[in-house]
Amino acid sequence: MFGVVRQKVSAGGSPLTILGQTLPFLRAVASPLRSYSSAAKEMTVRDALNSALDEEMSADPRVFLMGEEVGEYQGAYKISKGLLDKYGPDRVLDTPITEAGFTGIGVGAAYHGLKPVVEFMTFNFSMQAIDHIINSAAKSNYMSAGQLSVPIVFRGPNGAAAGVGAQHSQCYAAWYASCPGLKVLAPYSSEDARGLLKAAIRDPDPVVFLENELLYGESFPVSAEVLDSSFCLPIGKAKIEKEGKDVTITAFSKMVGLALQAADILAKEGINAEVINLRSIRPLDRATINASVRKTNRLVTVEEGFPQHGIGAEICTSVVEESFGYLDAPVERIAGADVPMPYAANLERTAVPQVEDIVRAAKRACYRSMPMAAAA
Amino acid sequence: MALSRAASSTPHANLLKPLAAAISSSSSFFRRSISTDTTPITVETSVPFTAHRCEAPSRTVETTGQELVGFFRLMALMRRAEIAADSLYKAKLIRGFCHLYDGQEAVAIGMEAAITKKDCIITAYRDHCTFLGRGGTLLEVFSELMGRQAGCSKGKGGSMHFYRKEAGFYGGHGIVGAQIPLGVGLAFAQKYNKDESVSFALYGDGAANQGQLFEALNMAALWDLPAILVCENNHYGMGTAEWRAAKSPSYYKRGDYVPGLKVDGMDALAVKQACKFAKEHALKNGPIILEMDTYRYHGHSMSDPGSTYRTRDEISGVRQERDPIERIRKLLLSLDLATEKELKDIEKEVRKEVDEAIAQAKESPMPDPSELFTNVYVKGYGVESFGPDRKEVRAVLP
Repeated sequence: MFGVVRQKVSAGGSPLTILGQTLPFLRAVASPLRSYSSAAKEMTVRDALNSALDEEMSADPRVFLMGEEVGEYQGAYKISKGLLDKYGPDRVLDTPITEAGFTGIGVGAAYHGLKPVVEFMTFNFSMQAIDHIINSAAKSNYMSAGQLSVPIVFRGPNGAAAGVGAQHSQCYAAWYASCPGLKVLAPYSSEDARGLLKAAIRDPDPVVFLENELLYGESFPVSAEVLDSSFCLPIGKAKIEKEGKDVTITAFSKMVGLALQAADILAKEGINAEVINLRSIRPLDRATINASVRKTNRLVTVEEGFPQHGIGAEICTSVVEESFGYLDAPVERIAGADVPMPYAANLERTAVPQVEDIVRAAKRACYRSMPMAAAA
Repeated sequence: MALSRAASSTPHANLLKPLAAAISSSSSFFRRSISTDTTPITVETSVPFTAHRCEAPSRTVETTGQELVGFFRLMALMRRAEIAADSLYKAKLIRGFCHLYDGQEAVAIGMEAAITKKDCIITAYRDHCTFLGRGGTLLEVFSELMGRQAGCSKGKGGSMHFYRKEAGFYGGHGIVGAQIPLGVGLAFAQKYNKDESVSFALYGDGAANQGQLFEALNMAALWDLPAILVCENNHYGMGTAEWRAAKSPSYYKRGDYVPGLKVDGMDALAVKQACKFAKEHALKNGPIILEMDTYRYHGHSMSDPGSTYRTRDEISGVRQERDPIERIRKLLLSLDLATEKELKDIEKEVRKEVDEAIAQAKESPMPDPSELFTNVYVKGYGVESFGPDRKEVRAVLP
C-alpha cells in the first residue's frame, strides 16, 4: 500500500496540485527567450531545490533536514526525494505534526552550531511556530550581542496553490520581511532556486525561504555555471529579468512569470516594460528598484499576497521617498484581493492577480499613451 | 540527618578567584581554618526522591567539606546579588522586567555540581543566578541589568537575556515555554555531534502546561535525545497557584511515558544527586523530567509584591523551615566544617564583592548610539537599516 501511495503521488505531484493541472491560467509559463545564458539543459524548480539540498548536505556535515514527510515519503512535494537514502535518518528527519516543537528544536540545534533546514509543508503552518522564527531565531543574535547566531533555513511552499481554500493560501512574505534579523528570499526560476537555497543554507543568519508549489514542476533553462556545485546567488540583489525603459514592474516568485507575460503583451502595444525579479524580499534591493524607476519614471508592483501593508506598499514608499522627482505617474500596486481565498474557481480567479491586471496597471502608469522612445 | 565524616582540614593558599572556581572541585578555597577538605562525606537528603517510571536514586549523597563550603559561598553570593538587584530596581537603575531567584538558589548550585560546561543549560527569564552558576561574573550581571557596555549582552539584552555560550549557557528567554524545545534542540545537536553531554531545559510550573513542551518531549523520546527537562516548581505561575493552573500538578509525572523524579529543590545535595542521576539516564535512555520543589521569596517580578496571592506566613514559613542557605549553614556547623564566625565572614566578603561589582558596573558606560544597528545580522551584506526618521538616521549593516 505504501508503494502504491508513493507512485500515485510522484506521478502527478501532490494531491494539492491536481487541481493546479486543470487550471492553466494560474500556471506561470517561463519564456526560454529571456535573458538566461545560452543553455542546452533544462531543470525543474523541484530538481533545482533537490540538487541544492543534496550538494549543501554533502559539502557540510552540519546541515540536516527536518520536517513532515521529508524522509520516507520523499517529501510532500518530492523536494527531498532521495535524500533519506543518501544521508540516513540522522540527517533527514521525519517529524510528527508538531510545528512549534520541531521548529524550536531546529532553532536550538542552530544555537549549538548545527545548520538545520526546517521544512514547513506550507508556510500557513509556520504560524504555529512563528514565535520560534521571530523570537527565538531572528532576535537572538541581537539580544545576545553576537553570542548566539542562528544559521537556520525555514523553507516551504508559500502563497496560493490551486483550489486549496483560505487556510492554505496565504502569502507570508510581508509578515516575515518586516522583521529585522530575518532574511527572506523568494526564488522564481530554477537558477534562483538553486542559487538562493545554497546561499540561504550557507548564510549564518536565519533565512525564510519562500517557494511556490505551482512552480515546482516548471522547467527553466540552466547553464553549466548554475549546475556547478559551487554556484551561489548573492542575497539582497534583485535580477532584471527583462530590460525596458517605459515602466518598471517588480514581482517575486510566481508573479515574475505573469509579469513577463504582461511585458510581452505590453510590447505589442509599444510599451517597453522592465521586469525586476526581486529574489530577495529582505534585504530588499532598493538600489536596483530605484535605479530602474529613475530610468523608466513609472512603477507597478506585483505580489500575490494581501494588499494592505504588503511588499508593494514598501516598494512604492521606498520609490516615493528616494525617487519622487523621477516619477511621471502615481505608483501602482497589483496584489491579491483583500479577502480570504475563496474556493470556487471563478472567485479564486478574481482573488489572485492575472496578467491582464498587470497590463492594465502598466498602461495606467503610462497614461495609456505611447512614450516616444518606445516606438524605436 | 544521618551522616558520617573523616579526617580534618588541611590549609591551602588563599586564592581570590571568580565565584565559578568556588564550586569547581579542582580549585582550592581557603580562609583560615575553613574546610578545604576533599575527603568524602555522605549526607542524607532531606526527603527521599519520588520516582515515576524509574528507580529513584539513593538518598545518600557524596560530598566534601570543600564542596559544601563552596555551595554556601556561591548561594550567599547569589542571594546577595538578587537582593541588591531589588534595591537597584527600586532606585530605577534597572528598568523593565526583573525576575528574582532568591529562594531557588539550590537548584542552580546543585545542578552545576553534577555537570560540566560541555553540558548545556537553558532557562527562561529568571536567569541571573543560573548565569552566575555557569561562570558569569557579578560585573556582567549588574552591568547588563543597568544596560551598560560591560554587560554580558553588552546592554542590548537586559535581565531576561543573559547568555554565556562558551560555558554552555544558552539564555535567558522571555517567552514562557519557548526554551523547552530550544533545549531539546541543544540535546539534538549534542547527540548529532556524539558529544556524550546533556542539556538541561529549565521551566516553571506555569510553563509546564505549554503545548510545545509536550511536542518537544515527544520528539526527544522518539529520537532518544539526551534532554533533561527541569521543572522549577515554585508553586506559582505569576499570581496563579499551581492547583489553579494544572489539573495535575504532579509535574514529574506529566511526561507520561517519560520517566520523572520529584526532588526537594531547597536541598542543594538532593538537586546534585538528581542531576547526576538524570545525566546518566539521559545519556543511556533519552529524556527524563526532574521536578524541583522550590520557592521564590520575591514576587513573580519586581512589579509583583508577591503577597496578594500567598500569605506572608507562608513565605516566612518557607524561609524558616526550608531556606537552602540555612540548610547548608546548619550542615557545615553540625559537621564542624566551619565556625559561625567563618560563615558570617564569608557573607560579609560576598556582600563586599557584590557592592564592588555594582560600583564598577555603574562606571561602565551605556552603549554607543551606533550599537543600535550592530548584531542585527552576522552577515549584513552592507544593507541599509533605518532609525525612526529614515532621512535622519541610516546605517549600513556590515
